[in-house]
Amino acid sequence: MADARAITVRTGPRLWLSGGWLTLIALAAIFAPLISPHDPLAQDLMLGKLPPAWIAGHEPGYLLGTDSLGRDVLSRLISATRPALIVAMGAGLAACILGSALGLLAGFFGGWADRIISRIVDIWMAFPPVLLSILLVAFFNPSLQSVIIAIAIIDWTRFCRVVRAETMQQRRMDYVESARAMGRTSLATLFREVLPNVLPAIIVLLSLEMGIAVIVEAILSYVNLSVSTDQATWGSMIAEGRGIIYQAWWVLVFPMIALFLTVLAFSQFGEGLKERFDPVLR
Amino acid sequence: MGRNLLIRIGSTMVTLFGVAFIVFILVRVVPGNPIAMMLPPGASDADIALLTAHYGLDKPILTQFWIWLGRALQGDFGTSISLRQDVMGLIFGRLPATLELATLALLIAVALGGALAITAARFRGTAAETGIDLANGASLAMPDFLWGLTLILLFGVAFPVFAISGRVSPTLDLPFVSGFYLIESLLRLRLDILLDLLRHMLMPALALALPLAAVIAQLLKTSLKEAMQQDYVMLARTKGFSETRVLLSEALRNAVIPTLTLAGVQFTFLIGGTVIVERLFSYEGLGNMAIDAVINRDLPLIQGIVLVFALLFVAINLLVDLSYALLNPRLRHG
Repeated sequence: MADARAITVRTGPRLWLSGGWLTLIALAAIFAPLISPHDPLAQDLMLGKLPPAWIAGHEPGYLLGTDSLGRDVLSRLISATRPALIVAMGAGLAACILGSALGLLAGFFGGWADRIISRIVDIWMAFPPVLLSILLVAFFNPSLQSVIIAIAIIDWTRFCRVVRAETMQQRRMDYVESARAMGRTSLATLFREVLPNVLPAIIVLLSLEMGIAVIVEAILSYVNLSVSTDQATWGSMIAEGRGIIYQAWWVLVFPMIALFLTVLAFSQFGEGLKERFDPVLR
Repeated sequence: MGRNLLIRIGSTMVTLFGVAFIVFILVRVVPGNPIAMMLPPGASDADIALLTAHYGLDKPILTQFWIWLGRALQGDFGTSISLRQDVMGLIFGRLPATLELATLALLIAVALGGALAITAARFRGTAAETGIDLANGASLAMPDFLWGLTLILLFGVAFPVFAISGRVSPTLDLPFVSGFYLIESLLRLRLDILLDLLRHMLMPALALALPLAAVIAQLLKTSLKEAMQQDYVMLARTKGFSETRVLLSEALRNAVIPTLTLAGVQFTFLIGGTVIVERLFSYEGLGNMAIDAVINRDLPLIQGIVLVFALLFVAINLLVDLSYALLNPRLRHG
């Protein structure tokens, strides 16, 4: 047990660091108009492709430089935290609720419900996820809502499979039997007894899923299938930077860093929670 | 084994049927009349009626599905709206490029992941293992999309040793008869073309391979370390074999099975990843064409590509299951 305690202590910084970055991003999203040094959409062709403040040729007030249309990279970076977090929360929660509900049903009741749901999951897994998301968004017409719906439609299976397996395990436990013996209905047992025990696994998955949603949104806006161009996104900034990579690397690099840190923070937060929740490690 | 095989193939068929049905329904619920999109503006009502009847769109939706499925089974996915060519021809023109890229990536991932796992297991408990664990963690944290961009910055811009777009230099004269450029250049011993191909393919392949290499390295290392504790390994040690020899000749053989299964499943993710990585590197493969098809709302082409990708996914999963059954003696008589 001494070993286990050592692990718990070591996981401390993981949760704190990732949680800290996510809080920072959330604050940036909430207060975006207040803290942005410039209007993220304001163009000034005279100030195009200005380098960041530590490189010769920069202009004061443009800390991370400007893109080819003279828009401030830092302000766009801050403004882009909004679509990223909206998609992370919207798509993460939607996929979580849909997948967990079906997983609970399949795992708890078994039989036909389980067979049908498991078959649908198999069929779903036969689609390449990125391709399917591009397909769905194109059908719904590109917008933030479409991105959220598409990610939820694709990724509910992640929740469904894990929650189903966990629920099946819990179903065999004595406490489920005793709840039944006490005369609880199946649904009451499912929601009052089983769900709280499966919840830690769901929360861990949710954090991982939010990271996936952020990267999928970036990919979709990279191919111009997300929000319209009057909202800055990390993906659209990366696409612009890829085009002018030899003239202005900073347009590409800063949104990449923001995207990487955010995706990393979501996954590390999930891993940290997993270690926290795991009764063996605890 | 024979009965299990039949059940497995049967369930694969059911999955494929479900995929076909979903693709069919998805394309039918799209806003906008598909016939109107196929015809040039100003087509007469008679033309519209003719084409509607030709595609069976005047019949009930289930009948439409059977007609469509029958054509699809014969390889007839219709004509691409944006490119005005046979969809099957377009797909087969691009598929070799994607298969070569994905296979190269898989080979890199297996070689790299395997080498890292063996090194970490050989020097377990030392700084080498810690370093490899850290590198694995970093590699896993980054999705292929970001790896692609990072590689572009590193080896395309900062140290320009590789090409960052396309599959082959357009100035080269290609004497090939198939779309499998890499294989043909090897067979024909055209090293100049082979090098040019690799200069274009290595970075996208690496972007796809790195996350998978990390997964393989982690799992294989764990299995190797477990195997090194087993009795038969102890026995080999008492015979005086060196640690490296014990690892390579005894432990590896037994540790490799779970990794193989995982690598197969992960290979389908890798193929899914080609869509965006091909886009990043302007690589002329199926995934890149898929994105163009979606942007142009080219429904017949989208349908065909999604079905071909799904077929690949399902086929790989089936092969993985079969090879697992063959490799694992415990399942052979299941």
